[in-house]
Amino acid sequence: MPTKVEKDALTGRETTGHEWDGIKELNNPLPKWWVYVFYATIAFSLVYFVLYPSIPWINGYFPGILGDNQRLTLERQMQEGFEAQAGLRTAINQATLEEIVADPQLLAFAVAGGRAAFADNCVPCHGLGGAGQAGGYPVLADDAWIWGGTLAAISETLHVGIRWEEEPLTRWAEMPAYGELGILTPEQISDVAHYVLTLSGADGADAQAAARGAETYEWECAACHGAAGEGIQDLGAPALSDAIWLYGGGHAAIAAQIANPQHGVMPAWGGRLDDDTIKMLTVYVHALGGGQ
Amino acid sequence: MTASPVAVAGAGVDSPAQARVAYNEEVVRLFTIATVFWGVIAFAAGTFIAFQLAYPVLNLGLEWTTFGRLRPVHTSAAIFAFGGSALFATSLYVVQRTCKATLFGGRYLALFVFWGYQLFIVLAASGYVLGITQGREYAEPEWYVDLWLTVVWVAYLVVFAGTIMRRKEPHIYVANWFYLAFILTIAVLHLGNNLAVPVSFFGAKSYSLFSGVQDALTQWWYGHNAVGFFLTAGFLGIMYYFVPKRAERPVYSYRLSIVHFWSLIFLYIWAGPHHLHYTALPDWSQTLGMTFSLMLWMPSWGGMINGIMTLSGAWDKLRTDPVLRFLVTSVGFYGMSTFEGPLMSIRQVNALSHYTDWTVGHVHSGALGWVAFVSFGAIYYLVPKLWKRRELYSMKLVGYHFWIATIGIVLYITAMWVSGIMQGLMWRSYDELGFLQFSFIETVEAMHPFYVIRALGGVLFLIGALIMAYNLIRTIRGDVRREAGHPALAPAGGVRAQPAE
Repeated sequence: MPTKVEKDALTGRETTGHEWDGIKELNNPLPKWWVYVFYATIAFSLVYFVLYPSIPWINGYFPGILGDNQRLTLERQMQEGFEAQAGLRTAINQATLEEIVADPQLLAFAVAGGRAAFADNCVPCHGLGGAGQAGGYPVLADDAWIWGGTLAAISETLHVGIRWEEEPLTRWAEMPAYGELGILTPEQISDVAHYVLTLSGADGADAQAAARGAETYEWECAACHGAAGEGIQDLGAPALSDAIWLYGGGHAAIAAQIANPQHGVMPAWGGRLDDDTIKMLTVYVHALGGGQ
Repeated sequence: MTASPVAVAGAGVDSPAQARVAYNEEVVRLFTIATVFWGVIAFAAGTFIAFQLAYPVLNLGLEWTTFGRLRPVHTSAAIFAFGGSALFATSLYVVQRTCKATLFGGRYLALFVFWGYQLFIVLAASGYVLGITQGREYAEPEWYVDLWLTVVWVAYLVVFAGTIMRRKEPHIYVANWFYLAFILTIAVLHLGNNLAVPVSFFGAKSYSLFSGVQDALTQWWYGHNAVGFFLTAGFLGIMYYFVPKRAERPVYSYRLSIVHFWSLIFLYIWAGPHHLHYTALPDWSQTLGMTFSLMLWMPSWGGMINGIMTLSGAWDKLRTDPVLRFLVTSVGFYGMSTFEGPLMSIRQVNALSHYTDWTVGHVHSGALGWVAFVSFGAIYYLVPKLWKRRELYSMKLVGYHFWIATIGIVLYITAMWVSGIMQGLMWRSYDELGFLQFSFIETVEAMHPFYVIRALGGVLFLIGALIMAYNLIRTIRGDVRREAGHPALAPAGGVRAQPAE
């Protein structure tokens, strides 16, 4: 083990005299800028300790001479946000839905607020802009409504939800499982599905089967869906004559829905969102394109 | 000018004193092969899950192949299987050479460490796919795997520390300080963060001893120091041996290595709370995490300075030696990500960056640019030595690997910077009436192109690793590719080829 100090010819620096597997070390000092920046970060930290919450003790901690912390910051920012909107929020709170829609300034505010609340809460099912999704999530931007598209009906649906068991007043409609319960034979179901296709003038209907299905439709379906398939919003029975389908519009999909229906669920937003937000959501959904 | 005046003694050619020590190279060879194998697996898994984020249909609708289960397979394969094997291979090689002593504990203890660690990897990964997890990031394995790793780790410590204790050199080389700090601290972290009570002897499930914010803080004390001691201290050990060896230059500053080692070790362990800014963690604790992260900036850079300045007087070698280029570029990426880290720990910056892709980009500039590149450099150095070849099969292929992988990293981290900062800004934008401007899904849609770019970066990185695997297999077989200026084609006993100047 050679422990002798040498001079490195390329840099003119001395080595420390150690050597391991041929590796030596130069005896360079710490770079000045490195030391000063290190000190600066330490000084910054010490100042930060004085200004902000830092040193803990047994049942508390030094709160910092600025007296600020993340909870106060949040409260302050929320307060500022509310104050900036205070006038219009109060107006929304006191106005009826019809008054909001009639006042251009309140309408603009409610649509903006409703859009933000919709983006946070409704988009996962109903899609951006209420575009809906396949598999039972209705489009909200068209004029086909299952439970009604007036301001009052939309507001009610938002408050109580659909088939939301925790809400006693929730909107509830359930179509019998005609196949599962043995109410209709598979042949009858197929015939009715053919007939339902004709209600909206869709292709693919077998005229003979549809004629057979018409009678069954009159007994079993017309009471809720209407004699001409126009739907009854008070019962939450969708229209069958508008070529808009929740669970698919082909013969097989319709037959499957008759045999063993799927039923969508929407949470009751009353109590989860404040009334003003639900008001704004109502106005926003109403304004998406199909409000009645 | 070729040979530097100081450091060449013993480099390349073993001196008589070294030749007398019968080094255990078997376990080093095994871990070297494991490093390359797990590297390819880790990069392939990462690329696949990157495509899953861009195209969710690739989840395949099977529980075993969803992003949630494959993501820990990727992270554990990258950190523990690839990075871990690289640390085992290099540490067990370096400790013998710099102590002039063979491994403590003999052949079978070393083999136990190898096979025990491989078993740990397989147990952990198969658990993830089957849905067995503690749900702690980078510490996902359940209690039975944790216990097994503890046994293996203690064996590793015995081998490593025992070898240092029987060293023939009066001093312990700096690389070994870093390796030892890594082994000891990982042991403490592993035990501390896995304090859990199994539900039953024959069931996989366990519950953490801590709850709530204490549990979160324990996890991020562990998580951040997994980065600090596994991915930083351990790989600095690699840097401190392989950079001066390959450059054939003395380490820039002994004094800097001492000061930055102790300041790094002391400061790193406190920085974990910066992962929990703006949470239920008390403010004073967040302050601690942030300030200690800031103070960590220079101690981290001490390693970069020592790595890069070691090339003083030998910069020309970067032109001709792609292996050295890997090593030096890795130190550059190390410097970049250890600047970015303290920056992101500042609460106000963190308010923007936290939970966004920026964090993902930051981690990968460290993991790909630093950890993987320094490992590639070390592996390219080691394989010819371990299999007694004069040089690699092809230096050209090393060059291709370098550039393809570098472009891959640049695509990856720039895509994540743009995507992450955009995401953070979209989350906090308000319209003129004071309402949030964007929904979550709009931010996801906006990020889609960057997810695709990131995945392509991953493809390039994977291609680079496959080129490396091919090059190493041919090297081990003893082939040499006909290339102008290939060092292995130079006359026997000749020095490494250099351009005429």
